[in-house]
Amino acid sequence: MATKNNRRLSIINYQLIVKEFRHIFRDTRSMLILLAMPVVQIILFGFAITNEVKNAQVAVFDPSKDAATTRLTERIHASRHFDVVWHLSSAAEAGEVFKEGRVNLVVVFSENFGENIWRTGEATVQLIADATDPNQAVTLTGYASSIIADYRQELLAERSIPIRVKAQVNMLYNPQLQGAYNFVPGVMGMILILICAMMTAISVVREKETGTMDVLLVSPVKPLALIFSKLVPYFALSVVNLITILLLSVYVLNVPVSGSLLGLTALSLLYIFVSLALGMLISTLVATQVAAMLASSMALMLPVMLLSGMMFPTENMPAILQWLSSIVPARWYIAGVKKLMIEGLPIASSLKEIAILSLMAVALMTASFRKLKNEH
Amino acid sequence: MSTENIATISCRQLSKRYGKVEALRNASFEVGRGEIFGCIGPDGSGKSTLFRILTTLLRADSGGATVEGLDVVKDYHAIRNRLGYMPGRFSLYQDLSVEENLNFFASIFNVTIRENYPLIRDIYRQLEPFKSRRAGKLSGGMKQKLALCCALIHKPSVLLLDEPTTGVDPISRKEFWDILAQLRRQDITIVVSTPYMDEALRCDRIALMREGAVLKIETPERIISQFPQTLWSVQGDPMYKLLTDLRRHEDIISSYAFGDAHHATVRSERITPLQLEENLKMLGYLNVEVKKIQPTIEDCYIAMIND
Repeated sequence: MATKNNRRLSIINYQLIVKEFRHIFRDTRSMLILLAMPVVQIILFGFAITNEVKNAQVAVFDPSKDAATTRLTERIHASRHFDVVWHLSSAAEAGEVFKEGRVNLVVVFSENFGENIWRTGEATVQLIADATDPNQAVTLTGYASSIIADYRQELLAERSIPIRVKAQVNMLYNPQLQGAYNFVPGVMGMILILICAMMTAISVVREKETGTMDVLLVSPVKPLALIFSKLVPYFALSVVNLITILLLSVYVLNVPVSGSLLGLTALSLLYIFVSLALGMLISTLVATQVAAMLASSMALMLPVMLLSGMMFPTENMPAILQWLSSIVPARWYIAGVKKLMIEGLPIASSLKEIAILSLMAVALMTASFRKLKNEH
Repeated sequence: MSTENIATISCRQLSKRYGKVEALRNASFEVGRGEIFGCIGPDGSGKSTLFRILTTLLRADSGGATVEGLDVVKDYHAIRNRLGYMPGRFSLYQDLSVEENLNFFASIFNVTIRENYPLIRDIYRQLEPFKSRRAGKLSGGMKQKLALCCALIHKPSVLLLDEPTTGVDPISRKEFWDILAQLRRQDITIVVSTPYMDEALRCDRIALMREGAVLKIETPERIISQFPQTLWSVQGDPMYKLLTDLRRHEDIISSYAFGDAHHATVRSERITPLQLEENLKMLGYLNVEVKKIQPTIEDCYIAMIND
């Protein structure tokens, strides 16, 4: 019992950990950046940088002016994606309003729209979008089609007349096509790895640069205690960030945690640990703080942004990039968060992600510990 | 080294390579208890590599070394408690205060400041007024003293100081050597490296090093007395041209710039300082002054390199 206690004590060196916290708290500027970064990123990605379209300007040409078209126009106007700002008197006017750049979408109802529906069960609506921005055009027509599809569904329920429902746009998990649903897991994946890996790497390398690492290594302190003391403060900081991100996404972006909060927390803690281990490994490979910064941003930020599935779906990548993306921890974390947070699936669904991340954690920790021990 | 002393540090044929560069080449020497041993040489002469091997931070490619009879490879853990090490730069935490630095280094060696305070009292007294100031805000001399306190706090029997006076003002440098002389009286063995040749005189024995090799190990006095030639200091205007003319002079063996004068080794059996003065005046030099001088360690070092 006594020997076990002693060994414990030598791994957890209280003074070492206090010292690390002091480094963080005294560098107020860095600390503020660390704590403000998730807030800024969540808000940027959630509101500003998003491919979701809000309040697009819509013009309507409605030659039939019956109950059906009025209702549908109201529906479109009521949607937060659209504002109906213009009623055209002829179909030819559509070209003009586009040229003047006043609208993003024109909705053209066919003549006798309502009558056609009641009688034949079929009517057409033309959606004209400004496709100079193809993404926006696709998004807008998508929103509009789903409003129309909803309306048809309603009619079907109201009346027993068979109405042909042509195309049903079905947006699983994100029926409103909310950008935030996609970005929250991505931002979590990026922030956590940046803070954990980059900051640990820099804090270890700083000691190498100033020579204090030599004194620590010459002292009777165990290398494991040294590593541990570097991990604890950044682990704590990351947990604070995790809580901030989750609170922001639930209460500000209205992205709920629809799955198990416990599972999400466990997955995130595991991911934080992988990131810390990655930071330790980077710190053993580089000699200067600048190199640590460059290595972390090149090795972490770019792959996380480009290969993790945060911005571009991994399924569409060429085989070599898919292979590369599978060694990016963020890819598995983001996939796991999507399952647990957005899709609301049980923990069991993300066992694969948890297993892969655990494997990565063990491998990275072993590698960096070996490297540190071999060096000295 | 006096004969009754057993070697505290002993190096045998230490060699270390970094790729193609031979950082250390067959370095052998012994240091006795309570001795101040200086490793003297310019940057890149292998001093830091030697220190890193002795502090167990680096493994030699070949050869071996013991500190207090303990092998630097096999018994590295036991050595670490007896060693005080001050690396090249003052290895302090700039964002921690003087007191916090000292407390921290005490804690990692499992000691308290109080139990070893007597050893550092004289040095720490000078730092005490600034004890809540951050280490980064101290002057070079103060940083150096704090770093020494931190290296001493666990009462080591061997102190390894790698260029402790580099980047420190001359007054603090002198004070620092006075402190080392005091520590020596407490039976602490001190190995110190410096690129400043004038500091060599404060050591009991010195090893002159160049390009990884130890050229000579001797007391500084004996190194000076063994200087093989007669040395003159020569001044005259214009100084730069004077050096080329001195090198052309047939009775002068070698000459080199040394501070604000030139130093020349001469065949003293063939010429006197007065004759050289006359020769130079004839060549048109003004304010000519030639005098016989005592060689410094640097003159000895230059003579050894030229051999």
